[in-house]
Amino acid sequence: MTDDVAVLGVGLHPWGKWGRGFVEYGAVAARAALADAGLDWRQVGSIVGADTVRGGYPGYVAGATFAKALGWQGARVTSVYAACASGAQAIGAARAQILSGLADTVLVVGADAAPKGFFRPAGGSRPDDPDWLRFRVLGATNPTYFGLYARRRMALHGDTAVDFAQVKVKNSAMGALNPYARYRKRVTAEEVAGSPTVADPLRLLDICATSDGGAALVLSSTDFARRHGRAEAVRIRAVSTVTPRYPNTVLDLPDIATDSAVAVAPAAESFRASIARAAYEEAGVGPEDLSLAEVYDLSTALELQWYEDLGLCAEGEAAKLLREGATAPGGRIPVNASGGLASFGEAVPAQAIAQVCELTWQLRGSAGDRQIPGARVGIATNQGLFGHGSAVLAVR
Amino acid sequence: MSRTHMPVVEGWFTGEGDGFRLLGTRCSACASVFFPREDTHCRNPGCPGGELEEVPLSPRGRVWSYTDSQYRPPSPYVTDPELPWRPYALVAVELEAERLVVLGQAVPGVTVGDLAVGMEVEVVPGVLHEDAETVRTTWQWRPVRGRAV
Ligand SMILES: [Zn+2]
Repeated sequence: MTDDVAVLGVGLHPWGKWGRGFVEYGAVAARAALADAGLDWRQVGSIVGADTVRGGYPGYVAGATFAKALGWQGARVTSVYAACASGAQAIGAARAQILSGLADTVLVVGADAAPKGFFRPAGGSRPDDPDWLRFRVLGATNPTYFGLYARRRMALHGDTAVDFAQVKVKNSAMGALNPYARYRKRVTAEEVAGSPTVADPLRLLDICATSDGGAALVLSSTDFARRHGRAEAVRIRAVSTVTPRYPNTVLDLPDIATDSAVAVAPAAESFRASIARAAYEEAGVGPEDLSLAEVYDLSTALELQWYEDLGLCAEGEAAKLLREGATAPGGRIPVNASGGLASFGEAVPAQAIAQVCELTWQLRGSAGDRQIPGARVGIATNQGLFGHGSAVLAVR
Repeated sequence: MSRTHMPVVEGWFTGEGDGFRLLGTRCSACASVFFPREDTHCRNPGCPGGELEEVPLSPRGRVWSYTDSQYRPPSPYVTDPELPWRPYALVAVELEAERLVVLGQAVPGVTVGDLAVGMEVEVVPGVLHEDAETVRTTWQWRPVRGRAV
C-alpha cells in the first residue's frame, strides 16, 4: 500500500460545444482548482498536462501551454498522453512526484476542443497504425465497437435495448442536476428508443457525444495539506494504470483482431476487471467498500459492463443490478452521479480528471442536489485506446 | 481493358474463390498465431522468440458479435460522397483452431437481421471500393447456413 496524496482543489470548465480553444478551457479549470485549493499559482511546484491531439504538437504539448496561459513561474513540467486514460496518467505522474518528494503541490490539467462527428485518425497513409487501419479497411468507427460489445451482452447475458435505455434515463436525470454537464435535460426511455440507430443495437442516445471541456486538480502531499489547514482533504489512495496481459482475448478498440489464446491460456479476469482490481489492491479496499463509482459510459451498454468489471455484481448480472435500482441515487452503489459521459460527452484528456472532480465533491459532501449521502470511498475507471488502464480510488 | 486488382493491405489474405484465406503468422517456438501478421517478434511475453512463419487462417468460424455502420465512416474509409450511404454489417468472428477473433465486413446484402452470435460464417474475397482503374480487394464474412447444407 502506498501513501495517500491530498486533493486540495478541483475545477471544471463546463462541457459543451463552445467553439473556442482548449487552452482557454484548461486555464479556466486550472484557475478554479487553484482558487478551490486556496493556493496562488506561483506556489505550485509542478504542472502536469494531459494532452489533446488537437492543435499540431499534441495540445502544444499541454503542460507547458497551460503553464504559459497561467503565467510562467518556473514550475517543473510534464505532459502525458494515453488516449482516454490521459487524465489518469496525469494524476499518476503527479502522485509519483509528490510521493517521491519531487514536489509538494502539483497542478493537473486536461482540456479538449473536440471535432464534429466521429473521432477519426490523424491524416496521411499509415498502414502500420491499427487506428488508421480499422478506419481504412473496415470503416470501423468507435460506435461500431460499442455496438459489438452491446450485441455480445445481449446474446450472452440477455441484456435488452430497454436495459441500455434505462442507463441513459438514470444518467440524464443526474446530469440534469450538474451545472458542468453539457446535456441537462432528462431523457425518457421512449426518446432513446426513438433516436436513430447508429451501430446496431445502439441508438444515438445510447452513445456519448464528443465535447469541449476542461478539468483540473491541485494535488499535494498529506503533510502539505495539514500545514495548509486541509488535514481533512479528500485523498487519492490508488491510481491504476495497468496494461493488458497476453493474450488479450477481448476485441479492444482500435484492434482488428484479438490475441490468439492457442499457446497461452488467457487470465481468468478481463483487462477491464484487472484495472479495477489493481486499484482495489493498492488501496486495500474492495468493491463492497465503495460509496459510489464514476465509470466511462462511452455507451449505455458499456456502463453495464463496468458494473461487472468493477465487481459490483457477478458476470452477467449488471442489467439485474440496474433494474433493481442499485446503481441509481439512493441505491446500494450509485454509478455516474455526475451524469456520466451520457450527460457530458467525452472531452478526452479532461474526462478522467473530471471523474475525480466528481468523486472529490461527493466525498466532501458538497455535490449539492447530486450528493450521495455519507460518501466515503469512490472509484473512477476507464480504458484508453491501445491498452491503457485507468482507475483512481479516492477516500475521505 | 481489365482493371488492376489491389489488396487493401498487402499480405493479409491470398487466393481466390474457395481457396481464399486470411494470412497470419505463427511462432515456431510457442505456436502463437498473429493476425494482423507479426513479422518481427513473437508477442507472447513468455516465449524466447521463434521464427514467424506465414500461415493461412481457418476459413470458417463462429460469430462472436456483430453490428453495422448506419452512418458514413470518415476518411480514410473510401466512399463516394455522390452516392447515398448504404449501411453494411461488421462481424467479429471467433476462429476455433487459432483461438482468436477477427473483425471484418459482412458480404454485401447481409444485414444484422441475418446474423446471430454463434452462427457459422466463412471468409470470402470481396471488393472494398473500385474506380475506373483499380479494384481494391478485402476479406468479407458470409453466413454458411443454407449453402453447404
Ligand atoms: Zn512465440
